[in-house]
Amino acid sequence: MPAAGESIEAVVAAVPRDRRRLLRRPRIAIPLGVVVLILVVAAVPGLFAHTDPRACDLGNSGTGMVAGHPFGFDIQGCDLYSNVVYGTRSSVTIGFTVTAGCVLIALVLGCVAAYYRGVVDAVISRTMDIFFGFPALVGQVVILNTLHQRNVVVVSAVLILFAWPAMTRLMRSAALATVDLDFVKAARGLGAGPVRVIARHVLPNSFAPILAVASLGVGGMITAESALTFLGVGLRAPSISWGVQLNQAQDSFREHPHLLLFPSLFLSVTVLSFVMLGDALRDTFDPRSR
Amino acid sequence: MTTVLRASGVRRTYRIGSLLSGRHGIVHAVDGVDLELHSGETLGIVGESGSGKSTLAQLLVGMERPSAGRIELLGESLHTMRGRRLRRARRDIQLVHQDPYTSLDPRMTIGAIVREPLEIHPAVVPRGDRTKVVAELLEMVGLNPDQSERLPHQFSGGQRQRVGIARALALRPKVLVCDEPVSALDVSVQAQIVNLLEQLQRDLGIAYVFIAHDLAVVQHIADRVAVMYFGRFVEEGDSVQVYDQPRHPYTKALLAAAPVPDRSARHRPPEIVLRGEPPSPLDPPSGCHFRTRCWLAEDRCATDDPALVHSDSSAVACHFPLDEPLQGATHAR
Amino acid sequence: MTTLLEVSDLTVEFRTARGWGVAVDGVDLSLAPGRTLAVLGESGSGKSATARAIMGVLPATVGRVGRGRVLLDGQDLLRLPPQERRAVRGARVGMVFQDALSALNPVLPVGYQIGEGCRVHLGMSRRAARRRALELLDLVGIPDARRRIDDYPHQFSGGMRQRVMIATALAADPEILIADEPTTALDVTVQAQILQLLATLQADRQMSLMLITHDLGVVAGMADDILVMYAGRVVEQGPADDVFERPTHPYTRALLDSICTADRKGQPLRVISGQPPDLGNLPSGCAFRTRCTQAADVCRTLPPATAVSPVHQAACHFAGGAA
Repeated sequence: MPAAGESIEAVVAAVPRDRRRLLRRPRIAIPLGVVVLILVVAAVPGLFAHTDPRACDLGNSGTGMVAGHPFGFDIQGCDLYSNVVYGTRSSVTIGFTVTAGCVLIALVLGCVAAYYRGVVDAVISRTMDIFFGFPALVGQVVILNTLHQRNVVVVSAVLILFAWPAMTRLMRSAALATVDLDFVKAARGLGAGPVRVIARHVLPNSFAPILAVASLGVGGMITAESALTFLGVGLRAPSISWGVQLNQAQDSFREHPHLLLFPSLFLSVTVLSFVMLGDALRDTFDPRSR
Repeated sequence: MTTVLRASGVRRTYRIGSLLSGRHGIVHAVDGVDLELHSGETLGIVGESGSGKSTLAQLLVGMERPSAGRIELLGESLHTMRGRRLRRARRDIQLVHQDPYTSLDPRMTIGAIVREPLEIHPAVVPRGDRTKVVAELLEMVGLNPDQSERLPHQFSGGQRQRVGIARALALRPKVLVCDEPVSALDVSVQAQIVNLLEQLQRDLGIAYVFIAHDLAVVQHIADRVAVMYFGRFVEEGDSVQVYDQPRHPYTKALLAAAPVPDRSARHRPPEIVLRGEPPSPLDPPSGCHFRTRCWLAEDRCATDDPALVHSDSSAVACHFPLDEPLQGATHAR
Repeated sequence: MTTLLEVSDLTVEFRTARGWGVAVDGVDLSLAPGRTLAVLGESGSGKSATARAIMGVLPATVGRVGRGRVLLDGQDLLRLPPQERRAVRGARVGMVFQDALSALNPVLPVGYQIGEGCRVHLGMSRRAARRRALELLDLVGIPDARRRIDDYPHQFSGGMRQRVMIATALAADPEILIADEPTTALDVTVQAQILQLLATLQADRQMSLMLITHDLGVVAGMADDILVMYAGRVVEQGPADDVFERPTHPYTRALLDSICTADRKGQPLRVISGQPPDLGNLPSGCAFRTRCTQAADVCRTLPPATAVSPVHQAACHFAGGAA
């Protein structure tokens, strides 16, 4: 219909959004800064902790703070500070691996479901429903219990298995909206094949909400890994992770509360900054969900 | 004159709703349309919302498959083709979309948008020449090729519609289907686009199917006109004749209802104001679909479905076609 | 001619990325009882913003009235406290929007929504309001009103929904009806019905109708007076016959020349070159000068409203006969 009738919304929408200014908003800049710091710690923990986390002396078992060892020592007599710092790596690795895996699955399945609809969409959607109806934690515990080798890769895979549907569902609904837009129809009308239409048009225009949720997801997955490890079905002792430290601290936290305090402090700050970043990004890209 | 596009008995039905919801059934969006388009001419199709004119556009360009009937492009049947052959055939018939705001990918530069058809059909223009061809196309539609790196949102509606036209022309089509190409534009730029389309037709010899609800624009641009109501052509013919002497009551009512920018028509009471609104597409009236709003309807209209009857240069689907010339200024918009 | 509503020097601002931008710049207009004023303009002309400012329904955080007065019977609506303003809105000034589907509440039956105005402004009881809603539905031509009064907006077709919205606007018997593109979303045959309804209602109740549209055909058929807006300013105003007979501002003239008519078939249309104004980036002086065939150096200064006749003005340097 003739759009010559101007709407006030149109006047407002015509204001171009300056993406560069995003970094100046404290809601985004502060959590982003923390996230970057955490990434640096995870990448080169040696820069921040000079003591070998595996150089332990049982004589120091459970000792509190002393000079050079700001967090004190754990039950095995290892330096807690360097353990916490080195633990960042596995936690963050799992967080990113799982999220990246989920995003990848979501992009492919979400776009495919939205593009083909019909039977393809039905199969994908019902599969997601099955996973939604299943208690994820129970499933993860059961599967991990049957596995003997539980390293970062295995734990990540099990987490992905139960986490992909949430993001796929989001991607599917975003892609469904995009597929109906005229420019997608235009590309099909030009004779473009499915790969081109999805890769060039549908995906880039449905990606924004996923980006925000992905940041939320990293936080969630770090928590999930710690929870599983704490329950004794996640990573195991030679691996260094916050979950492993919390697991070991649970028996002795009355006598040595610092063993519980420092890993959980790091865990909370990390998760919080990812979640805050995700929230801020989501509000920016999709103001309706606020 | 060669026929470039021919549709015969084309139907398209949609299933609406589910058995569980209250409203469900089958909608005959396009219900037996025959049309013929000769090279270099413009066929205008007018109709109100729900008349099936947009569905017809999608059928003609092969984006939808007809439920029945044939569509032939340059003598080849479109809907029996699949895959690669269909894609090849689509080069010859292109669609200009209604809304220049949604029909361009917001993340692609206008150069990339116009270039895309050339990448989808690499045989048309060798890779090395594509940049030059894109520049030529932009120039042809009145845009500055230096702006090809800009994004769609940096352009106004009229300029975006020019980009859409350039994209449609990239594959050197024989037929352009324009689905309401100016109705989303500001009044002051509509004329620019109408003139551009006419200019391009003169220069390139393309045939147009020009679909619109704006009677005046169709009158201006079309050589022949078809009037659509509920998925069918109710009248078809030479555009001057249809506008001057409408024979179907619906055509006459449509022309009478169109507001005329002419003060002298003001104090004359409108000749015909149709009562009621188009009936539900889920439950169209029996016989002639227009009979519930028609002031000439008789019993026969409820039982017999009027066929499109051809005489010299026109055709009308009515049991009681109007024959006397129309008085007054209702046609002169 | 008595004046019911007098708007002077109205300026409306909208929030943009670069601060507040002017969408309506110094609009003067007046509405007389029993007359129809058509406000003609394309997107960005400020015609909707003008209507919303008069009505007091600018979007709260992004739009505001910069300066000016809106006098209803000598009382400045812009200076009224919010509560009194609300009492005027709906009771003395009613408004019809383009998109009835979003302007009506989808979860309330139409009878309730029509009656709401009577209860709020006229203090009617629920029962009386319902009776009045029924009368109004009849009045706007909804067939079988008694059966449809409890239906929800989505159960009506586009044209019927627009009638329902007209009924809600009429609920408290306003003296002024502002219709913002009331038929733009409708089909031609339905548009004709709605325009006829508005004209009849206006004549019967001696209301003052302010009709906002971009369609010259609608203007020609409905208007007593015309106000042409371009880029937030009034470029021409006067009685409709005068404006159609002697369009004086180059924009009005070009607009009338550019539309398709039967006698222009086969010839290229006279186009207005260039693009509609971008409010963030207007030319200095006359905003139309970059698209105007007559533009000269003097157009870099703001043209005054020049009288073409005592009732007909155009804001153009060449309006005084120099052209």
